[in-house]
Amino acid sequence: MHPLTISPVGDSALLIELGNSIDLALNQRVHALARQLQAAQLPGICAIVPAYANLLVHYDPLLLDYEQVEHWALAMIEQPTAQLGAAVTRCIEIPVHYGGEAGPDLAHVAAHCGLSEAEVIARHSNAIYQVYMMGFTPGFAYLGGLDPTLATPRLATPRVRVPAGAVGIAGNQTGIYPVASPGGWQLIGQTPLHLFDPQADPPTLLAPGDEVRFVAQ
Amino acid sequence: MDAFALRAANRLVGNGDGAAALELGGGPVAFELAQTGLLAVAGSGVRVTLDGRAVPNWMAFLARRGQVVEIAQGAGGCWAYIAIAGGIEVPLVLGSRATYLPGAFGGLAGRCLQVGDALPVGPTTIDLLQWAGASIPAEARPPYAQHPTLPVIFGPQANHFTPEARATFCAAVYQVSHTANRIGYRLTGQALAHARSADILSEGVALGAVQVPADGQPLVMLADRPTTGGYAKIATLASVALPLLVQCEPGQGQVRFQPIALAAAQRQYRQQLAALWPQFVED
Repeated sequence: MHPLTISPVGDSALLIELGNSIDLALNQRVHALARQLQAAQLPGICAIVPAYANLLVHYDPLLLDYEQVEHWALAMIEQPTAQLGAAVTRCIEIPVHYGGEAGPDLAHVAAHCGLSEAEVIARHSNAIYQVYMMGFTPGFAYLGGLDPTLATPRLATPRVRVPAGAVGIAGNQTGIYPVASPGGWQLIGQTPLHLFDPQADPPTLLAPGDEVRFVAQ
Repeated sequence: MDAFALRAANRLVGNGDGAAALELGGGPVAFELAQTGLLAVAGSGVRVTLDGRAVPNWMAFLARRGQVVEIAQGAGGCWAYIAIAGGIEVPLVLGSRATYLPGAFGGLAGRCLQVGDALPVGPTTIDLLQWAGASIPAEARPPYAQHPTLPVIFGPQANHFTPEARATFCAAVYQVSHTANRIGYRLTGQALAHARSADILSEGVALGAVQVPADGQPLVMLADRPTTGGYAKIATLASVALPLLVQCEPGQGQVRFQPIALAAAQRQYRQQLAALWPQFVED
């Protein structure tokens, strides 16, 4: 069992480590702690970034020094964890147009995995994925649960532009590009859904703890 | 990018530290005042004129309706901040007036300013005439230079690097590459060897984090960085180091890193901001 550790990251952040692996139960504890810290609303805490197995707490060193933040975090951790929100798991369905112009790398993924394109689509869309964390770009969800038989390395040369809504595979990860950006993922399909809208509340379609299914159109 | 210069410009015109201002990365830019206002420009290597006459930077100055302010970024710096009393009042998006260019939202329609844009200014309660001429003296500003020494704090993955790499990191000189931008400043120089894989489980990335991908070249993560990343980070720049780094010109600036203690870093940062108050001209 990985001991909980707290350490400084520069002079304006602090890292709380609960573990070092991709593990659903561990990740749920990360998000429960993140919700607890967020709810405390300590002045000087700027942002809390939960990840697979740790949380990065950004603070303003004009208002708080490292020892104060560490002391506060330890006190919060020692409190009994109340169920703060997220008792219900949402299942989000993502409609996907697989292949063709929407999925220019589907043939390559099929060939690499020794499967037909239809089999790749079936295995990708028959799974339930877990949202482990948000990050990278606005609305991007790190998904766990890709069938290992679909794992395909990234493009050797990334594309200059991947359109918003592109569904891809990189190594043993799968995900959706929420905004157009350069990218090296193998693109197998496209969703018309908007994963990020800064005017919406909440601004992201997905959230940690959600389950996601891809539905072939 | 240079948070000190932004804060200084805002304080010179009586704004709170959270007021929206303009960031100039390059230039020149010229604008005409639609109403009289108090302005200040802060940054490194920046030149300001009012109707063609030079105005000192790091100083509040009155610009009357119809006058033209022109700002150019010269040698010795990259970023300048233009603040006006009352702040720029573009709409709040996700609680902020800042522009996020990679996502094309916030600020003025999520984009850089264009010729013809009109910027709304908020109300101010300060006496513009009394504040005109207030300045931030040179000794209160960061020691901007093209060859600065940057205080850093080791971690969070310092132990993912060999002892030789950690020693090299503190001894070698690194050049700011031409690809430096708001997302990060890539540095070129002696490669830093990983003791294990360069990849880690994705986690949050602090401002000023020094990522080192497999090629061993440090990349300092800045204002528009992705919020999370999966490369090992050898160190994090102290807050006081950030203005020094970002004002180094791409292709010219050279930096070296110097480890300091966390407590010292926080103390220096507070002292620097405690000294950042406008000096008023004696009547």
